[in-house]
Amino acid sequence: MPTLCLCYEVHEPYRLRRYTVFDMGQNSVYEDDDKNCDAMLYTARVCYLPMNDLLLKLFRRYGKDFKVTLCISGTALDQFEQYAPEVLESFQALAETGNVEFAAETAPHSLAFLYSQQEFVLQTEAHAKRVKKLFGKKPATYRNAELVYNNDMALTLRDLGFKTVLTEGADHVLGWRSSNFVYCPIDAPNMRLLLRNAPLSVDLGKRFSDRSWNQWPLTAEKYASWIHAQSDAEVINLFNDYHIFGLRNKADSGIFDFMEALPGAIMANPDFNFGTASEVSKKYKPVGEVDVPQFMSWDEAGRALNAWLGNDMQKDAIHSLYSLARQVRQLDSPSLLKDFERLQTADHFHNMSTKWFQSFVPDRPNSFPSPYDAYIAYMNVLADFGMRVAEAEGKEELAEEQEAKKTRARAKKEEDDGETPKNAPGKRAAPLARKPRKTV
Amino acid sequence: MKVLMLGWEFPPHISGGLGTACFGMTQALAGKGAEICFVMPSVGKGGKNDFLRLQSASGVEITDEVEERMAWAGQHAWDSNIRFMPVTSPLMPYMTPEAYQEALSHITGRHLPGGEHVQRKQGGAYTWDLKGGYGPNLMSEVYRFSRLVGALALKENFDVIHAHDWMTYPAAIMVKALTGRPLVVHIHATEYDRSGENINGIVAGIERAGLLAADIVVAVSQLTRNVVINRYGVPPEKVRVVYNAVTRHEVPQHYEVPQRIRHEKRVLFLGRITFQKGPEYFMEAARLVLEKLPNVRFFMAGSGDMLPQLVRRAGQLRIGHRFHFAGFLRGEQVDRMFALSDLYVMPSVSEPFGITPLEAMLYDVPVLLSRQSGVSEILEHALKADFWDTRDMADKICAVLEYPALASELVKNCREEMRSIRWGNAAEQLMQLYSEATGGN
Repeated sequence: MPTLCLCYEVHEPYRLRRYTVFDMGQNSVYEDDDKNCDAMLYTARVCYLPMNDLLLKLFRRYGKDFKVTLCISGTALDQFEQYAPEVLESFQALAETGNVEFAAETAPHSLAFLYSQQEFVLQTEAHAKRVKKLFGKKPATYRNAELVYNNDMALTLRDLGFKTVLTEGADHVLGWRSSNFVYCPIDAPNMRLLLRNAPLSVDLGKRFSDRSWNQWPLTAEKYASWIHAQSDAEVINLFNDYHIFGLRNKADSGIFDFMEALPGAIMANPDFNFGTASEVSKKYKPVGEVDVPQFMSWDEAGRALNAWLGNDMQKDAIHSLYSLARQVRQLDSPSLLKDFERLQTADHFHNMSTKWFQSFVPDRPNSFPSPYDAYIAYMNVLADFGMRVAEAEGKEELAEEQEAKKTRARAKKEEDDGETPKNAPGKRAAPLARKPRKTV
Repeated sequence: MKVLMLGWEFPPHISGGLGTACFGMTQALAGKGAEICFVMPSVGKGGKNDFLRLQSASGVEITDEVEERMAWAGQHAWDSNIRFMPVTSPLMPYMTPEAYQEALSHITGRHLPGGEHVQRKQGGAYTWDLKGGYGPNLMSEVYRFSRLVGALALKENFDVIHAHDWMTYPAAIMVKALTGRPLVVHIHATEYDRSGENINGIVAGIERAGLLAADIVVAVSQLTRNVVINRYGVPPEKVRVVYNAVTRHEVPQHYEVPQRIRHEKRVLFLGRITFQKGPEYFMEAARLVLEKLPNVRFFMAGSGDMLPQLVRRAGQLRIGHRFHFAGFLRGEQVDRMFALSDLYVMPSVSEPFGITPLEAMLYDVPVLLSRQSGVSEILEHALKADFWDTRDMADKICAVLEYPALASELVKNCREEMRSIRWGNAAEQLMQLYSEATGGN
């Protein structure tokens, strides 16, 4: 009885504006509000609303037989709330059917695990809490941004209480083994790993509307026959970006009709059914351990981190960003924290990729004509952000000093009032010592 | 394939990018099997090359018989391009019959412009000595060049005519009319690039006549192709784009940055200081950069009619201590200038192609280009800005100087990109166009 596990990533980045050196220190508006709003409204119209409607229709038609897993990033939720609340409501309507499992990730869709475990934990916890509040259930499944994963991450996630992790079924990790089974991470036998079936996922993600593809046009029946051919599978993991519906594959490519027909076509063979990630990992026993010492991702070129950290600009940007992590968390200023998290969104680094920008066509127009422009704007933003952090620290220090002065004055007064002998040790030293900062 | 190539300059006698481009192009063409006779006004000394035959137009004898043939050919060319045939006196938009007669007499050769330079030979033949270059008598030189080349062409044997820029177009039209060979006209810059909207009507007229008379027009970029089609009304199907390239001369000498200036960054502008090259935008960007980064030096190398005005402007902005005028540089000085720069900026208002950024890239200098340049069409790994957006330009200059990862990434990727920008590719396309023009395809 092979089970299909459909999981979609719902993510919207906050695009940066062309922030110049002349904006640095003058204003700290980093995002291109118009562009973000336009992109959000457009995407809501062509992708989210029609696809959510379709899913709702399918859930009504098939009841508990058709299920999907969704993973909505925190920045996407922010943008829904900010620009298109009806999209959030339609996702909530999907949640109410009980046919959707909501998975967790880092709130800003970040690569935090690579640079700061503390950031990763904070972002994951905050996001899991938000998902529970919005969709009613604490997520037990984790799907990291861009399916980035390694062994250590599994252990961290286990400590955070997650049961299932979704990631890429990269050939270099699996070797001769198939992604069509449930695995468990090394050293965490109670957790489950679901690995993406890359070829079948990419058929829908990249090739569906490619007219030069020899299988074009792809019908639900044809696709179902490919699925049915994998009869020795236990689970077939089709992980994709939600944008494949209506945005990457435009409505006129027939993607919505395809999806409407797909559940019926799959279930025409009674051996095949659908399940959420949690159901699948409960239903099947792991057939083995998967050892992932190096980070892997769903990036087409090499299933590694090259698309985000392939060149020196990307590395420079991300290192500069995370070098501020400790200071920002210590300051505990909501506005700094918000900007800091949004600057971690993986898309910013993807925009700086020089390998991709010639061949890669993004789903929506990029704010930056070249990776160099993306890097320049990002670094300018980061410079301004750094100034704000330094300023906030200065202020805090000043406040502490004033506090210390007051304490000293009070102590002096007491000293004058009271009978305490002068030059008592500790009296003078204590107020001068810096108060230990609040740590998170 | 035998090519009669008409040019106005060729190394070492150059004053701009045209000669450099002709050199690289002919060298590569020769490599592809083209037999080139390159005709220019005056070859002078030191112009020997083993891959082509340099032919001076000066001193070619014009006999009575040749003159008559040219008169007929000129008549023909006159008939087909009546408003655009070049004459040495300023052309009137509305001609009287008398003026027309007089203009006609220029062409039939009865009235010889610049008659004072005529050298009479025996048997009624005569010739002129041409100086070349771009002097005040350019227009009459252009005219005399066309007649001398006409006489020369009758003695030469070739399959196709290839003419570079408007100075050679009258000659090219003449040769085409005389011999009936197909004409490929190469446009490196249009009058609209050089002068903006204040164009010289005569030059534009010659340009238009040449473009219309050609069988195939070769534009150096999509940008130029659009100008040719929109401004001159040339049928789009005969305008092709062949991008220029850069010749990799011997490995540039390594220049050490002197100790004393190592703590500073240097930004370079190198080109003619004229309207077309947008030097004032460079200065404006420099002013903005200096507000943010006082420790930068700007160099403006080149000469041109806007130089005095810019020197004054630098003083007015009080940035003279950081903004330096290097004058017109040659040979080794250019190499040195490039090698010591941290960034090369080409803020051209309208640049049909622009070879200098490619030269800068040979020295591993990152480049910032104006989007209004042909070269930006083929360079992915360069920073680009609109020439009028000086803030954006300044922002990018600051970024290159401040973020070392940016400069190194640009240089690394440019080096990769440069491998595909070769004259060989351009020559291949040209050879194809030749055979198309001669009907051999």
